[in-house]
Amino acid sequence: MAPPPSRTGKNLAEPPAKVHVRNLSIRYGSHTALSDVTLSVAEREILGIFGPANGGKTSFLKALNRMDMFTPGMRVRGEIFINGRDIRRWRNVYALRRRIGVVFPLPVGLPLSVYDNVALAPRLAGIQKKQDLDVIVESCLTRAALWDEVKDRLDTLGSLLSGGQQQRLTIARALSQNPELLVLDEFSIAVDPVTTMRIEDILKELRREITIILVTNLTAQARRLADRCAFFLSGRCIEIGETESIFSGATKDERTRDYLTGRFG
Amino acid sequence: MFQASEHNLRSKRREALFRTLFALMTLVLIVPVVVIIGTLVVKGAPVISFEFLFTDPINGMTEGGIFPALIGTVWLVAVALLVSVPLGVAAAVYLSEFAPDNWFTRLINLAIINLAGVPSIVHALFGVGAFVLFFRFGTSILAASLTLAIMTLPVVIVATLESLRAVPLAFREACWNMGATRWQTIRLVVLPNAVSGILTGIILEVSRTSGETAPIMFTGAAFFLPYLPESVFDQTMALSLHLFVMTTQVPGVPEHLPYGVALVLIGLVLAMNALSIAFRVYLRQRKKW
Repeated sequence: MAPPPSRTGKNLAEPPAKVHVRNLSIRYGSHTALSDVTLSVAEREILGIFGPANGGKTSFLKALNRMDMFTPGMRVRGEIFINGRDIRRWRNVYALRRRIGVVFPLPVGLPLSVYDNVALAPRLAGIQKKQDLDVIVESCLTRAALWDEVKDRLDTLGSLLSGGQQQRLTIARALSQNPELLVLDEFSIAVDPVTTMRIEDILKELRREITIILVTNLTAQARRLADRCAFFLSGRCIEIGETESIFSGATKDERTRDYLTGRFG
Repeated sequence: MFQASEHNLRSKRREALFRTLFALMTLVLIVPVVVIIGTLVVKGAPVISFEFLFTDPINGMTEGGIFPALIGTVWLVAVALLVSVPLGVAAAVYLSEFAPDNWFTRLINLAIINLAGVPSIVHALFGVGAFVLFFRFGTSILAASLTLAIMTLPVVIVATLESLRAVPLAFREACWNMGATRWQTIRLVVLPNAVSGILTGIILEVSRTSGETAPIMFTGAAFFLPYLPESVFDQTMALSLHLFVMTTQVPGVPEHLPYGVALVLIGLVLAMNALSIAFRVYLRQRKKW
């Protein structure tokens, strides 16, 4: 079950695709959210996905970690490979989800202590020893640029932190799963610009270790962060290519250029 | 230019009229409460004493205390809770967290609503048929409590469902995305945040259960039994039935005695309600999102 070579592959030396999606369609009842999307994400790159609302971006992310199982009425067709393995062949869907960190548009500080928020995923994975958890909690909070602000109050409720702190807490929680793939869904819409820039810096650091898929409404953010970008419109992937070429106006599709120049959306 | 038009004035008068009308109606609501509690306190308070609460009734219930009835009510309510709370909470968790949205689930929900609408005397007769006769529990605390449990099950289920649904879906999704199973999510995040609502529902249910008379009078509550029950297979006295018996079945009961019983019963209920409110306030302070 090896995935076919990446469509954007230019030469054989390119690393194998981390994520490969082939003919992916998603329906909710009779409503089609995504139709026939084929794309791949390379190891340790940031793929930016932008486009207007109802483009199927969030549904795409939900399909990656098989959240369709927990979403009534959501039907997924097509194939998704992660590390060359069809995700429907994972017998343990919970293990699959632990390998994919997810960050939501609205910060979700679980009503547990800050410590427990970050220790939750390791505990679910079976890590019980206090020392081990301490190390994970500190390193994840540090990587999420939150440690200095919360290290003296690790027992306050995560839901009581400010919005920006909660969003970084969400990122720390995602990192605590030690994920190979991090997906972020419009993480900045409820966060102030300063925090947004801090999180963007975090993502630039993380890019060295893990693969990131970044769904964003801000085309400028995609331009700042992404190695490659995909443009989703009305449930179709209109275009995918190098960030530079897309933003320099060398788009293959007119609609992408129109969207980027503000002619619609 | 800023002169009120005739139309404006009319709206204003109407506003005043309806506000007064609705305020009066609210007052009408309060009147029975004040009268009931006032009468009970005035007429019943003189008989309330340590002796009244903790001794047996004597002389054909015309003298003495209410101790066996008080303890009996505690037994009945406690056993009923032991049955209805685990059952009701489990059912609500299933309906809220696991059940697919299909005709069968909707049927179950409909059944629960209908169960809540069944009159208590019908529950009583069901209790006689099912627990006293069919399961051969006899007239006993067990039979009476099971009848009460079935009667109050809808209350527990609905209260639990509402508090589970008040927990934001985002919390569940965050857990699922971390690879938690549904049960782990429920145990770690959903239930801890729903527990205040569930407990409040349960305490309210206690106060309701303690006042019920019809469901227990055929299934386990005794007319006059001046000693304490030793197991769930014994019969027992209960405050509510005791009050009914004293006022309608026994001649020569001094007037103040039933008032005292009623005051104790209503005091028990109000104390429970107060506890539930205090508890809710306490948990609300700690729970924030």
